[in-house]
Amino acid sequence: MSNKKYKSQSKSQKTSLGLTYLILIILSIIWLVPLLWIVLSAFRCEYQADGTFIGTVTSNFFPKAYGLKNFKDLFTAKYYGVENAFPRWMLNTLIIAIIDCVISTFLVLSVAYCMSKLKFRMRKPFMNIAMIIGLFPGFMSMIAIYFLLKSIGLTGNAAHPEYSMIGLVLAYSAGAGLGFQVAKGFFDVIANALVESAKLDGCTNFEIFLKIILPLAKPIIIYQALMSFTGPWMDFIFAKVIIGADNAPFWTVSVGLYSLLFGTHPDTNLFTQFAAGCVVVAIPIVTLFMFLQKYYVEGVTAGAVKG
Amino acid sequence: MDNKINITSSMNNLLSRFTRRFKDGSIGTKLSHFIFGAGNIYHKQYIKGLLFLLLQIGIILFMVLCPEINNTPYGYKALLNLSLKNLSEGGAFDPTTGVFTHGSDCKLIILFGFVTIAVIIIYFILWDKNISSSFKADNDLKVGKKPSSFKQDLSELFDSKFHVTMLTPTCIAALVFTILPTIFMIALAFTTYNDQDMNEMGTNLFYWNGLNNFRAVFTGEGSLGIEIKNRFMPVLGWTFIWAIFATLTCYFGGIILALLINKKGLKGQKIFRTIFILTIAIPQFISLLAVRNLLGEYGPINGLLMNLGLTNSPIGFLGLRPGDSERLAKLMVIIINMWVGIPYTMLMTSGILMNIPQDLYEAARVDGASTIKMFFKITLPYVIFVTTPYLISSFVGNINSFNSIFLLTGGGPAYTGYQAGGTDLLVTWLYKVTIDQGSYNTGAVIGIFTFIITASITLLTYRRSKAYNQEDTFQ
Repeated sequence: MSNKKYKSQSKSQKTSLGLTYLILIILSIIWLVPLLWIVLSAFRCEYQADGTFIGTVTSNFFPKAYGLKNFKDLFTAKYYGVENAFPRWMLNTLIIAIIDCVISTFLVLSVAYCMSKLKFRMRKPFMNIAMIIGLFPGFMSMIAIYFLLKSIGLTGNAAHPEYSMIGLVLAYSAGAGLGFQVAKGFFDVIANALVESAKLDGCTNFEIFLKIILPLAKPIIIYQALMSFTGPWMDFIFAKVIIGADNAPFWTVSVGLYSLLFGTHPDTNLFTQFAAGCVVVAIPIVTLFMFLQKYYVEGVTAGAVKG
Repeated sequence: MDNKINITSSMNNLLSRFTRRFKDGSIGTKLSHFIFGAGNIYHKQYIKGLLFLLLQIGIILFMVLCPEINNTPYGYKALLNLSLKNLSEGGAFDPTTGVFTHGSDCKLIILFGFVTIAVIIIYFILWDKNISSSFKADNDLKVGKKPSSFKQDLSELFDSKFHVTMLTPTCIAALVFTILPTIFMIALAFTTYNDQDMNEMGTNLFYWNGLNNFRAVFTGEGSLGIEIKNRFMPVLGWTFIWAIFATLTCYFGGIILALLINKKGLKGQKIFRTIFILTIAIPQFISLLAVRNLLGEYGPINGLLMNLGLTNSPIGFLGLRPGDSERLAKLMVIIINMWVGIPYTMLMTSGILMNIPQDLYEAARVDGASTIKMFFKITLPYVIFVTTPYLISSFVGNINSFNSIFLLTGGGPAYTGYQAGGTDLLVTWLYKVTIDQGSYNTGAVIGIFTFIITASITLLTYRRSKAYNQEDTFQ
C-alpha cells in the first residue's frame, strides 16, 4: 500500500519535472529569439535582383544567404564623415569605461566603508541626503550637468571636441559615491570584532581599510568594477546629450550604433550593420558577465535585501 | 513633531556653542572669529593657521573681485544678478566707444549665483572649523597637553578623522555634479526659460516667473500650457499603471522562474540560468532595439503573421505610426519589459530561496501541506519579507524607467499637436519637452512632480521598514 503510494508520487514528480523542463525550454526559446535574430541579421548577406545589397530590416527571420560583408563594412565604413568610425567609437567607449571604472569603484568603496564601519556625527544625515538625491530623475540633473560642463568647456565645443569625453567621464563617475548601498550591505556583514581587535593592535582606520577590509571585499570590488565598466557601454542618453549630436568622432559606441538606425541620411537605416555592431559590442560584455557571474549574482542578491 | 523639537534644540546648541567659545576662549580664539587661523597661529600651529587664512583671503577675493567666465561674473555681482533684473540683450556694438556689450547668459547667471551661495556656505563652515580648532587647542593647554602639531593633524586624517578623507571626494563630486544641478533645475521651474517663448519674443533672456509654470497644469497658459494641461493627467496615470505592472510582473515572474530553475532534480540549471542572464548582460539599447525591429512594420513577426494570413496589413505592436493602437502598445511594453526584467529578479530570488530554512518545509510536509500551499504560506511570505526594500526601489526605478519606453516605442503612438504620446512616461515626456523642445521650465515642472511622487512613496514605505529603522543592527 505504502509502496504503491510512493510509486504514484514519484510518477507525479516525474511529470512535474517533465513539465518544468518543457516550460523552461519554451521560455528559453522566447528569451533567445530576438538575440538570435540580431546575430543572424549580422551575418545576413542578401542582394536584390539588381545587385544592390539589402541592409534594412526584412520580413524573413532566417537570411537567404550568409556572409561577413556587414562586419567588413562596419569596420571600414565612413559614418557621419568620420573615417573608421566604428573602431573609434569602440576605443572611445573603452577609454571612458576604464577611467569611469577606476574612479567609481574607488568612490563607492570609500563611502561604503565610512558608512558601514566608522562612527561619526554626519553619518545618518549623509545617508538620508544620498537617498533623497537618488529620488530625482537623473535626466533632470543631466540637462543642468550639460550646462555646467558647457560653461567650463567640457562638452563638444568647436575648438576642443575631445574634451567632451572628459565631461562624460565626470558625469558618469561623479555621482557614483552616492550609490554605496550595495557595498555598504556587504561591509556590514564583515564582523566588527575583526575591526575592533585590529584597533586594539594599534591599527589606524586607514590601515584597517587597506589591510583588513579591502582583501575581504574582493567580491564587491569586482561587482562594482563590473557595474561601472559596463555602464558606459550600456548608457545611451547621457552620452548623446553630453557629447553632442554633431560630435560624431567622439561618440560612444551606443550613440553611434543608435544613429545607424535613426540617424540622418545617408548613414541611417543600416540595420544589418547595426546588428553586426551589436554582436561586436555584446561579445566582450557578455563574456565578462559570464566570467564574473558569481560576483554579479552575489552583488544583486545583496542589493535586493538592502534596497 | 519630533523633527521640530530637534531643530529648535539643535539651533540652541549651536548658539550656546558659539557664545561659549567666544566667552571662554583665549584671545586667539576670540580673534579667530574675525581672522581665520588667528587662533592657530596664536597656538603656534602655523601651517594650519596659514591655510585657514589663505582660504579666507581667497574666498573674500573671490567675492569682491568677481572673476568672470563667459562674461558672467561670480562673487557679489553673481548674487545681485540672481534677481534676473538689469539684463542686457547684448550683441550691441557702440562705434563711438568701440565697446561691444555681451548679452547676459541667464543660465550661467543662475548657475554662478548658486555656486557663489555654495562658496558662502563653505565660508561659514570654515569659520566654524577654525574657531573650534583654536578652541580645542585652548582646552588641550588647559589639561596640560600640547596643541596638536600639523603632522599629528595629518595623521588623524588617516585614523580618527578617516571619514573626512574618504568622504571629501564624494561630497565635492556630489555637490558639483548632483546637488548643484538638481537645485539649478528646480530653479528653472520658476523661470520663463523656454526656447519657444523666447524665440517668439525675439529675446535670449529669461526672467523669474513665480508659480506660473505650476499653475499651467490647471490653467493651460504658456506655450506648452495646453500640452501640460491636457496631457499631464493621462501621462501621470499611465506612469502609475506602468510602474505597478512592470514591477509586479517582473517580480512574480522572476520568483516563479527561480522556483522552476531551482527545482530539485532538474538538470542543466546552469545552462538555463546562463540563457536568462544573457538579457541582463546585453546592453539594453541592443536588446530593446532588436525587439523593436523584430516587431516592427517590416519585421519578421509581421511578415510571419501576414504569410499565415492572420492579418492583411502589418500590426503596429509598438505604436510607432500615428493611429496605431495605444492599448496594444501599452500591453506590449509591459510584456517586453518582463523579458528584460524577469531574469534580474530570478537571479536575485534564487539566492534568497536557498536561504529559506529547510525545516520549515519539513514541518509543513509532516503536516501534509501541498506544494502550492507551501509556496503561498512559506516561500512567498519569506521572499516578500526579505525583498520589500527591493520592491520599493524597483517601483521607483520603474517610474523613472527611461530606456524601456524610449527605445521601444519612443512614446508612441503620437498625438497630433502634443509632445506626449500614448506610452510616454513622465521621464520620457520630460526628455522630449526639454531636449527636443527646449522648454526647460516646463520640463523642470514635470521633474519636480516626478520627484514629489517618488519621494513620497519612498519616504512613506521605506522609513517604516525594518531595513531602515534597524539599519545598524547588523554592524
